[in-house]
Amino acid sequence: MSILVDSNSRVLVQGITGTEGSFHSRQCIEYGTNVVAGVTPGKGGQTFDDTVPVFNSVERACAETDADVSLIFVPPAFAADAIKEAAAAGIRLAICITEGIPTLDVIEAVAYARDRGTRVVGPNCPGVISPETCKVGIMPGFVHREGCVGVISRSGTLTYEAVDQLTRVELGQSTSVGIGGDQVIGTTFRDCLEMFAEDEQTRGVVLIGEIGGSSEEDAAEYLADDYPLPVVAFIAGRTAPPGKRMGHAGAIIAGGKGTADEKMRVLAEAGATVVDSPAIIGVTMAEILGA
Amino acid sequence: MKLHEYQSKELMRQYGIPVPESAVADSAEAAEAAAVALADDGYTRFAVKAQVHAGGRGKGGGIKLADSPAEAGKLAGEMLGTQLVTPQTGSQGVPVNKVLIEGGADIAKELYIAVTIDRSRRCPVIIASSEGGMDIEEVAATQPDKIYNEWITPGWGLQAFEAAGVAYALGLTGKSQRAGAVVIQKLAHMFLDLDAALAEINPLIVTSDERVMALDAKITIDDNVLFRRPDLEALRDQSAEDELEVAAAEHGLSYIALDGTVGCMVNGAGLAMATMDEILLAGGQPANFLDVGGGASVERVAAAFKILLQAPKLNSVLINIFGGIVRGDRVAKGIIEAIETIEVAVPVTVRLQGTNAAEGRQLLRESSLEFILAETLDEAARKAVEASQ
Repeated sequence: MSILVDSNSRVLVQGITGTEGSFHSRQCIEYGTNVVAGVTPGKGGQTFDDTVPVFNSVERACAETDADVSLIFVPPAFAADAIKEAAAAGIRLAICITEGIPTLDVIEAVAYARDRGTRVVGPNCPGVISPETCKVGIMPGFVHREGCVGVISRSGTLTYEAVDQLTRVELGQSTSVGIGGDQVIGTTFRDCLEMFAEDEQTRGVVLIGEIGGSSEEDAAEYLADDYPLPVVAFIAGRTAPPGKRMGHAGAIIAGGKGTADEKMRVLAEAGATVVDSPAIIGVTMAEILGA
Repeated sequence: MKLHEYQSKELMRQYGIPVPESAVADSAEAAEAAAVALADDGYTRFAVKAQVHAGGRGKGGGIKLADSPAEAGKLAGEMLGTQLVTPQTGSQGVPVNKVLIEGGADIAKELYIAVTIDRSRRCPVIIASSEGGMDIEEVAATQPDKIYNEWITPGWGLQAFEAAGVAYALGLTGKSQRAGAVVIQKLAHMFLDLDAALAEINPLIVTSDERVMALDAKITIDDNVLFRRPDLEALRDQSAEDELEVAAAEHGLSYIALDGTVGCMVNGAGLAMATMDEILLAGGQPANFLDVGGGASVERVAAAFKILLQAPKLNSVLINIFGGIVRGDRVAKGIIEAIETIEVAVPVTVRLQGTNAAEGRQLLRESSLEFILAETLDEAARKAVEASQ
């Protein structure tokens, strides 16, 4: 049945009239996502591409369209406010694509959302897709196929790489979640592992981590306690020097913590199949699932 | 963005955190004059401290003590203009362009206090330790019971009772406990107000008359707030930053130099790291990390080549682009155009995957330039490493 988004999801796009927002909204609609509303302050009353009504506020949009998922393309200066606005309006799931939001803004927005029962995915992420049903993000839809593997990743293009491999070995994906490359994010590996464990469609999980932080270690702790599904894990950044931020704000080895080797070690100890090369993620999962 | 000690102390002073009397100098003469002024205020010992963006200065000879203004001037002269090598810099070190001349302090106790982000708990955290003046990571590893944490509730700031609790946990009592609690609360307030990523005092000293002050200070500002904080952006010291990394950032590229021979150009940070890892698995060494961003336009690819080619040991380039929204044929055109405008004397291996990848490969094959083409990531890494040998 997939996790987070499905055919019942009613999607609202915050920042729908911007360059990024409009381009990706079209791609989502073309993919079949049920985009019911857009929000751009000051442009309420307009219609996006003659099909999607635009509102001044999320509250108004929700009242008129019953949107329950928001996709956020708002610039960094206003993105944390956009997350809070979505939460205040009762949005169930806010997926924030924006890169470069101040960390303390994200901390406040995530806390605010949690207090109102809203799950935040991202920021600085490619979004969430349940293939052939609902795409809420900027990932290329065509590499995905509906299938049985859940994908969780801190990266963008590296996720597409893994997804492409899973499609080629004919396993496909139940849902692929880009959790984001920032230091502080709304939804973690562990959160997604919990959801995939409950999902009937998902028979295995691919976890793509990278250097920095301890979310892979937290995931390992959870996996070690009899996780019901096989997990294939890859950690990017074995060659990364300490103290340097590798593109993503969160990808940094600080004070000797957050190295790839340590993450690989604890994940393997917790029972995950840890692969050295990102090129064999798909075939490794296929072997495990006997496909 | 890292700030220097003298900048961090100036900010702390503004936020009401006591710091020793000091002045910054960029010449031996100015250093001596600063020490003379301190001597006039009654100081008899002077610390000469190199202003660099690296820890471990003491071990690297970047902190020296002088008994007279003349000696302070001489030590400053010896330090300025050199490359300081510390356990946290590479072997080439970092340039010393400024020194801080500081009145010698009377130290009864050295503590550690910092505010940073706890990523797992998604909130700021106070890290405190009674073992000040040491490498805090070492304390955390060897004496974890000597580290005390207090988490700051998002939106609320550090409460007075929480700051008091941290001061007690540090073993402070009486007057120094009250003074310590005030410093801790002001440090937390400053951290939040500056949108910092780190605000660290190591050591926070207690003097024999129970005053508390910041003997060293380190502030790192969240890069993501600089767009709305021109006052903080103005504190940037470009001379302390890597020239190529700065040039790359101006083109919207994320670049980090490494020591290997195989240059790489990849779209997306995660895939870029994974490509470097794959080069290592294939028996090679990556020359750099370089994320050209999702778009991979002609301008960006050309700028990326110019930066890549400056790596001293580079003898092979691997381009790995996973076309999502960006089409493979457009990327191929960008690569061809870029190479036609700048001279690329090393073999170039290209792996295009995703949207219109086949069309892209066809364009590369038909061009008058020589490319090594690969389909999968491991094949691409293998070929690029072979080409480098």
